[in-house]
Amino acid sequence: ETLVKLVSQQRIEIQKLRQGNNLILGFSIGGGIDQDPGQNPFSEDKTDKGIYVTRITPGGPADVAGLMMGDKIMQVNGWDMTMVTHDKARKRLTKKNEDVVRLLVTRKSLEEAVKQSMGGFPRP
Amino acid sequence: MDNESQYSGYSYKSSHSRSSRKHRDRRDRHRSKSRDSSSRGDKSVTIQTPGEPLLDAESTRGDDRDDNWGETTTVITGTSEHSISNEDLTRVTKDLEESTPLECKRFVGPALGGCLSFFAIVTPLAFLILPQVLWRDALEPCGTPCEGLYVSLAFKLLVLLISSWALFLRSPRATLPRFFVFRCLLMVLVFLFVASYWLFYGVRVLEPQERDYRGIVEYAASLVDALLFIQYLALVLLEVRHMQPAFCLKVVRSTDGASKFYNMGHLSIQRAAVWVLDRYYSDFTVYNPALLNLPKSILSKKMTGFKVYSLDESTTNNSTGQSRAMIAAAARRRDNSHNDYYYEEAEMDRRIRKRKARLVVAVEEAFTHIKRLHEDEAASSPKHPREVMDPREAAQAIFAPMARAMQKYLRTTRQQAFHSMESILTHLQFCITHNMTPKAFLERYLGPGPTMQYQQQSGRGRQWTLVSEEPVTSALRQGLVFSLRRLDFSLVVTVTPLPFLRLGEEFIDPKSHKFVMRLQSETSV
Repeated sequence: ETLVKLVSQQRIEIQKLRQGNNLILGFSIGGGIDQDPGQNPFSEDKTDKGIYVTRITPGGPADVAGLMMGDKIMQVNGWDMTMVTHDKARKRLTKKNEDVVRLLVTRKSLEEAVKQSMGGFPRP
Repeated sequence: MDNESQYSGYSYKSSHSRSSRKHRDRRDRHRSKSRDSSSRGDKSVTIQTPGEPLLDAESTRGDDRDDNWGETTTVITGTSEHSISNEDLTRVTKDLEESTPLECKRFVGPALGGCLSFFAIVTPLAFLILPQVLWRDALEPCGTPCEGLYVSLAFKLLVLLISSWALFLRSPRATLPRFFVFRCLLMVLVFLFVASYWLFYGVRVLEPQERDYRGIVEYAASLVDALLFIQYLALVLLEVRHMQPAFCLKVVRSTDGASKFYNMGHLSIQRAAVWVLDRYYSDFTVYNPALLNLPKSILSKKMTGFKVYSLDESTTNNSTGQSRAMIAAAARRRDNSHNDYYYEEAEMDRRIRKRKARLVVAVEEAFTHIKRLHEDEAASSPKHPREVMDPREAAQAIFAPMARAMQKYLRTTRQQAFHSMESILTHLQFCITHNMTPKAFLERYLGPGPTMQYQQQSGRGRQWTLVSEEPVTSALRQGLVFSLRRLDFSLVVTVTPLPFLRLGEEFIDPKSHKFVMRLQSETSV
């Protein structure tokens, strides 16, 4: 049998929210070239060292903008995020002088995303 | 080309003494008596460059090698059962043996070598003895220093003898098509050396009847030293130089693709050929002509059924174009001969496995019928006298139940030409004598063994022909290809040099082995 994976690229613009002294985006990231790619539950290819969205704060700026869990972040404001360390990715997202981040993300099809968010997924 | 050129090497005969000459004579006599029963096979490698006669009339170089050599004759060992029967084989072999070139050519070599070495060994002693005999009274007395020199001379001669016995007194294992260059060189060197010493001696000592005996003794001692150095040179050139590996040879058998890789050092092509053949007999499985080609039934469907019509009147008869067109059309035609081949292979495997199972069971069962009688059991009860057999009879007794299964198995694996009933019985007897299990007995039949296992122990050598585009005394180098041909197959040898190794160094501090857990952080932004 052949599986067809639908992948869509989305451009998502998130307005940072000021909370005290910090600008927060309302999601968590995982991954990076210095991390262990085998532990990534969202990636198809277990050698993919890209940056993935691992959690979305409900009601936060990312949730409002349409970011979903499991999205792979390809670019942030034009900077490439496919080959960066975890810390570098964090830094690119949390620049103090930027209020808006424009992300280019790759998302698997809606069905797959829903399955993953439900928690169970035996990977072939 | 000299068939006995191998005799010429090791020409450092100075090491041969009278005692070894005695051995040699004895061995020669023995050899002429039991020529056929020498246990070592001989390989004669004859060169075949196109247009040259196989045997050269040039005189041989003698060498000190004495020994036995089986004759070099042509032996047909092709075992294709379709073409030649056993009787034909023996008849042809006998014919060929009778027509081989005369024996004396092969003895000229060792005889010459023996003479040269005898000459070289006796020379220092002659140098010492001649003045004593001829003009003893006129000689100056020479006390302690001379005696010291005598002792050293004696020991050096002894060392020379022992080392040449150890190194050079071996039966040559092959006759080479051309002169063995290093050996000839050494023989010529020894000859020149000894001759020049004699010349000097004759002119300066014998003529004027030199009275300084001590000088004569020192002169003789210097000759022995020089001979020892020549022996060192011979050792290095003939034995040591080719030990360090420099080339990798790929040897492929032309009929069934069996191949092996060997590492070897710097040798000439003919010596390399002998080296490869030595290893061929024990590394390569025996050549079984019955196992070769795909049956015709599978291959036959290819080219039939096409006719070519030429529509262009002006062209001449372009036959290659036609045949190429036919081949292309045949290739495009959908053919299932690979299917046939696959199923036939599978069927053959199944059949072999079935027969093998029957054979193994039959043999195991047969072996349970006998057991070894120990000494203390000999005096068993007289009520049940058991017939005590020797191994041969025991083998014959248990052979009967397994004979049929064995024969069927050998036929299925097409090995029946290699094993006669007599040989199976002999092997069975051997296994029983040495307390082998049935599995050990069957080891010989369940897989094709190396060619050495099937050699008849005849004194006749194996004839191989070395086919080469370069002169066979040239050294090995990259890209050289030569082949060793036998009647029904040939071994193609390709030479590649071993790569140069650049070994670097990296020091690892044992304390530097440290580990961390793999990261899987999740950061919220």
